[in-house]
Amino acid sequence: MTVKIVRRLAILVASVLVASLVVFLFMAVLPGDPAQVALGVNATPELIAKTRAEFGIDRPLVTQYFDWIGGVLHGDFGRSYVTREEIGPALTDRLGVTLWLVGAGMLVALLIAVPAGTFAAVRHRKAGGAAVSGLSQIGVAIPAFLAGIILVQVFAVQLRWLPSGGWTPPVQDPGEFLRGLVLPALSLGLVQGAVLTRYVRSAVLDTLGQDYLRTARSKGLRPFQALFRHGLRNAAVPVVTVLGLQLATLLIGAVVVERVFVLPGLGSMLLDSVASRDLLSVQGIVLVLVVGVLLVNFVVDVLYTVLDPRLRGS
Amino acid sequence: MKVRIHAAALVLLLVTSGCSAGSSATVAKDPGTLAVGYTAEPANFDFTRTDGAAIPQALLYNVYEGLVKLDADGKIVPLLAESWTVSADRKTYDFKLRKDAKFSNGEPFTAEDVKFSLMRVKTEWTVSIKSTMDVVDRVDVVAPDHARVVLTKPSNGWLFSLTSRLGAMFSPTGVADLANEPIGTGPFTVSSRRRGDSIVLKENPAYWGRKPAYSTVVLKYIKDPTALNNALLSNGIDVISAITVPDSIPQFQGDDRFTVVEGTTNSEVTLAFNNARPPLNDVRVRRALSYAIDRKALLDTAWAGRGTLIGSMVPPTDPWYEDLSNAYPFDPAKAKALLAEAGQPNPSLRLRIPNLPYAVSAAQVVTSQLADVGVTVTIEPLDFPAVWLKQVFTDRDYDLSIIQHVEARDIVTFGRPKYYWGYDGKPVQQDLAKADAGTPQEQVDAMRRVARQLSEDAAADWLFLFPNVIVAKEKVTGFVRNQVSESFDLTGLAPR
Repeated sequence: MTVKIVRRLAILVASVLVASLVVFLFMAVLPGDPAQVALGVNATPELIAKTRAEFGIDRPLVTQYFDWIGGVLHGDFGRSYVTREEIGPALTDRLGVTLWLVGAGMLVALLIAVPAGTFAAVRHRKAGGAAVSGLSQIGVAIPAFLAGIILVQVFAVQLRWLPSGGWTPPVQDPGEFLRGLVLPALSLGLVQGAVLTRYVRSAVLDTLGQDYLRTARSKGLRPFQALFRHGLRNAAVPVVTVLGLQLATLLIGAVVVERVFVLPGLGSMLLDSVASRDLLSVQGIVLVLVVGVLLVNFVVDVLYTVLDPRLRGS
Repeated sequence: MKVRIHAAALVLLLVTSGCSAGSSATVAKDPGTLAVGYTAEPANFDFTRTDGAAIPQALLYNVYEGLVKLDADGKIVPLLAESWTVSADRKTYDFKLRKDAKFSNGEPFTAEDVKFSLMRVKTEWTVSIKSTMDVVDRVDVVAPDHARVVLTKPSNGWLFSLTSRLGAMFSPTGVADLANEPIGTGPFTVSSRRRGDSIVLKENPAYWGRKPAYSTVVLKYIKDPTALNNALLSNGIDVISAITVPDSIPQFQGDDRFTVVEGTTNSEVTLAFNNARPPLNDVRVRRALSYAIDRKALLDTAWAGRGTLIGSMVPPTDPWYEDLSNAYPFDPAKAKALLAEAGQPNPSLRLRIPNLPYAVSAAQVVTSQLADVGVTVTIEPLDFPAVWLKQVFTDRDYDLSIIQHVEARDIVTFGRPKYYWGYDGKPVQQDLAKADAGTPQEQVDAMRRVARQLSEDAAADWLFLFPNVIVAKEKVTGFVRNQVSESFDLTGLAPR
């Protein structure tokens, strides 16, 4: 098992390096000169040349890449062309917001999916189960931003119970922080919850058909009892895999939700940085996102082995 | 097991609704706090090295002050200078300074700071507008409260530019980290910022002038116009500094919680012609296009009828404004005749626009109206600012473009043949020079001639002037109706 983990780690590092190169090259061919964008409409060619030199974007691409990746390996992401601040600390700051959002979204999704999916599976031949399945189908079809817009209209604009957007750090005011997190987490979590419900349902259904559950039922346990005592751990294996994959979509959904709810997370930073051709920032953000997704996959792989002893052999 | 499922449902219910109990979502729980929403966020606090309107909008007159400022009518009035005189040759300006002004780091404001700030523009600033300061020859410190500025040649444009960020006064001890720590003499200081979210301004306790009515102003940055409107509707903010979707104005007008303040801006939405390239280097073609476009209809369709028809690059708040909006009345027959006369009955033109709402909606109207007179127009939306700047502005690879020109008195750009208009007119260049050097009356006369000449030459088609629409909670008053300066002036705001 250790060998397997080490091999996975090596793949992780290699993937990150390849991703960094791809990101760098994409930014290099993107039209638009960062110096021109930073200086605006009346900039003279001399000023633009001077600024290009100051940004270091007049050097050969190879030098720029190795300078950048070398810095990143030392934890130095460089200084933004536009905001003139260190990118590293800005990234950590923004990542914090996104993680809160993704975490809360995932929590909402699980709180919906686990009970609803289990219920739909156990009652799959009854009207209740069919209703939950149907609802989850509708939920899957709603994009997170639409859910967000509807939630804002109802709970912020009409009822005025919750803020329509904005961010309060938890240390500054925990109450406001939670109030601000509710609608974004719901718009991410409702859709994800609907998606996950279907996976939980089929995983539980699958487990219900297994011999050991039939044995448990024959000993006199009721369906839910048998499931909770013997089946949930087995049903969890495929769900954890999907959860990992869904985390990646959740990150992407967070980018959109951050825009709808004006949250200063990585997603909104990415959009702003692309628009202002803040190449170093874009490279840093994308790298962090890529590493995030790869890490999640790595953790899922490891968890998979831990949860299911049958997979440890190979 | 039913119990467990019920417990989970209860937790879900608590998470979703529990924390909202009994509160009303307002930023301004404290009556001394005002929250103002903007669409464009400052990249940093250093407008000496970073271009764009967002930084001076937040900081000018609020955190930084100049010797003079623009009042609500667009007149130049004293600020850190109590008064000033101009010599007979119009080259020497004597500024009498306030004695009681202080920077927020405790340093007193003196003529040394005037010298430091004005001379620093030439050496340290990297934004392009700094060229207006090239005319400054030297600054003499006559006395601590008396600064004398000597110009190499007379320039009215120079005094005007002192009302912009170029005139902001800095302390030599306060410029170490302008991008993050602004130090000025204004009524507010920057207290904190959360990038992507907000900047908090607090009242400067040592301010020399009148105390602001709001001791804390939160500048909230919300890029999406709908989200910005929602923030006001849900009490997240108190003011929308500028409405960017005109369709949303009626919902505020019909609601007595809000007041809507409408005025003008310096922002001309212009259909740019590439004057340097065929077929638009022919004045008959440019005039034909101007006759072919029904600007009133365009304004109604593209911008909900809000805005002003102008007809030249002059907003009504400039002293030399005159209404030239009828120079090319809508006349498709005349347009066709002019095109035929120019030997271009069916030209094909590339309309390369920034991918911004006003440009996209105006471009569609322009395209359909030009099609009616036989002109084929292909719309090419370009990513703004990066791609538009490169291809249209710098490389001048376009026939037509639509963009708003936001800077004050930017009519002077028609005096630069290298500018992306490709307009090279000697009379305009001479009159612009005369206007800059002359007395105020000579300036007005010469600028009028410039505007008329540009209209005569159909150097561009000025589609409309952007409206300035502020929406605020009913209790907030004191807004500058017309947006004449670079600043969103917070100093006059007060509760009703």
